[in-house]
Amino acid sequence: MAATKPASETVSVAATPEALAAISQLLKQHKGVAFFQSGGCCDNSAPMCFEDGEMIIGKVDRLIGMVGGCPYYMDFRQYEVYKNNRIILDVEDGDADGFSLPAGTEGRHFVTRAKVCTPNLCNV
Amino acid sequence: MQINKVYVAPGLPKSIVELKKRYGNYVGGKFVAPVKGQYMEDISPTTGKPFCEVAKSTPEDVELALDAAHAAKEKWGELPLSERAKVLNKIADAIEANEEMLAVAESWENGKPVRETLNVDVPLAADHFRYFAGAARMLEGTISEIDKDTVAYHMHEPLGVVGQIVPFNFPILLATWKIAPALAAGNCTVVKPASSTPWSILKLMEVIGDIVPAGVLNVVTGPGAEIGKALATNPRIAKIAFTGETVTGRLIMQYASQNLIPATLELGGKSPNIFFDDVMAKDDDFMRKAVEGFVLYAFNKGEVCTCPSRALIQESIYDQFMAKALDSIKKIKQGNPLDTNTMIGPQVSTQQIQKIISYVDIGKQEGAKLLIGGEKAKMEGDLKGGYFFKPTVFQGNNKMRIFQEEIFGPVIAVTTFKDEPDAIRIANDTLYGLGAGVWTRDGTRAYRMGRAIKAGRVWINCYHAYPAGAAFGGYKISGVGRETYRTVLEHYSQTKNMLVSYSEKPLGFF
Repeated sequence: MAATKPASETVSVAATPEALAAISQLLKQHKGVAFFQSGGCCDNSAPMCFEDGEMIIGKVDRLIGMVGGCPYYMDFRQYEVYKNNRIILDVEDGDADGFSLPAGTEGRHFVTRAKVCTPNLCNV
Repeated sequence: MQINKVYVAPGLPKSIVELKKRYGNYVGGKFVAPVKGQYMEDISPTTGKPFCEVAKSTPEDVELALDAAHAAKEKWGELPLSERAKVLNKIADAIEANEEMLAVAESWENGKPVRETLNVDVPLAADHFRYFAGAARMLEGTISEIDKDTVAYHMHEPLGVVGQIVPFNFPILLATWKIAPALAAGNCTVVKPASSTPWSILKLMEVIGDIVPAGVLNVVTGPGAEIGKALATNPRIAKIAFTGETVTGRLIMQYASQNLIPATLELGGKSPNIFFDDVMAKDDDFMRKAVEGFVLYAFNKGEVCTCPSRALIQESIYDQFMAKALDSIKKIKQGNPLDTNTMIGPQVSTQQIQKIISYVDIGKQEGAKLLIGGEKAKMEGDLKGGYFFKPTVFQGNNKMRIFQEEIFGPVIAVTTFKDEPDAIRIANDTLYGLGAGVWTRDGTRAYRMGRAIKAGRVWINCYHAYPAGAAFGGYKISGVGRETYRTVLEHYSQTKNMLVSYSEKPLGFF
């Protein structure tokens, strides 16, 4: 089941140059990658990065945007909570959470920051 | 509770915890080096420095552990229940005999205050093994009379070999929650601890390893993306149990679907802790208990799936109640977790503290009011590099992200409610349903609230109690299945039905 594009643009995603560099590094090792916004427990806001196809995209997933040519998904229920957020994908030191791939090189992981804003004032 | 004692960090002279330079996996009843000889550092959250190395395993090591488990499963599964219970009881005795040592190891591993590990984590772990030793012996089959000469026998049989993935927040206790019922039901297990807290469970293996027949209990350490996945996708496991984050939980279930095996999941929460006006009716012990119940969000530095991270306070008592709560929060002693006076230690890892900082930023952007904390705690000396975050309180509304997402740190989001229906509405306005707390002097209201809240565990006039014998698990997206209760044995058993005819007469069809 293909995910649907959000009806409105109230949640968006962007990536820092460092995150984009990590993605292109990953694309040399994998056929493609996809991001899933984590929701709860120990990894809370972590962006989970998997090889393309690792996670089955379902009806519950909303595509909120593309980063470095790779899709970024979020559970439709979470989408409601994230409205008016612009998610910024970035990279920090430390191993990746859960089953997520590292941010390009080992010992680096993807993180998210957020800009809470109105749709018109979200030009980060 | 012991006071005024500072334990020496593991590995230092006079420490009660022996520390080796490096640790292998625990497979087939002994510690073995990882196949590819790679190791990873375990970092103390208190100092931010590595203190030992553990195996950075590869899928080959998972296969070795599964070989050992499969070699042991027939004998273990057929052992009389009395014998299996004896092993579990001996494990409990050994944990108790090493309680102080394990408590210090766990505190150093995770950063949780030693007063918690001495009084909660380790004693509960011992009791858990005893509970399941008893529960397994109470597990009975059934006999049903289908008709006069036809009888259906139902018996429990072990699943065989199971995979269990344990989180970082209670490395020993949550491993116990999984290991005890699996073993009690006659299964062998391969356990994968969290990659940030792999060592203390290996100390537990040093204590209990010899009690369990070789291969019954195996521990493989390593990165989740490699080892966790190698275990969860493995066609040689008959069940997977996981505690952790929701997206990973979904992935685990997806892997389980490919193998057609059951998966039990304990995932996130955003538990409401609800305070009705009558808690302030008297200035008595109950009122102080309720205030303490609020401050319990700082227990285990907020790294608890059921952290009461949303406080709902009836508006008529808000100012009064919060004054007392903030006063109590100001008195929280933060520092070396090995000091028995310390109430809050460091967060488990640099990754976790980064996420907390990012949520505090989000809270501020959303317009929530910061009442206390909101920043890293500056520590001195050896603790300078530790991951300390100040206990934090935000006031805001339930639609904010800080009210909807699990921060997994000492951060509470507070709001008010008008009346009982309003409290229920806010409490249930969440994707999660793991825990909840209700504080009131009115017993019937407590009961109504307890039934109305969509969560697996509702604490009434208490919080953060985790006795064996009380079921734990989630509603909604907080998970599938239960732990810490005898019915868990069903999650770890097959049902065998023998349908027996005692009639000698042919059916007459052919």
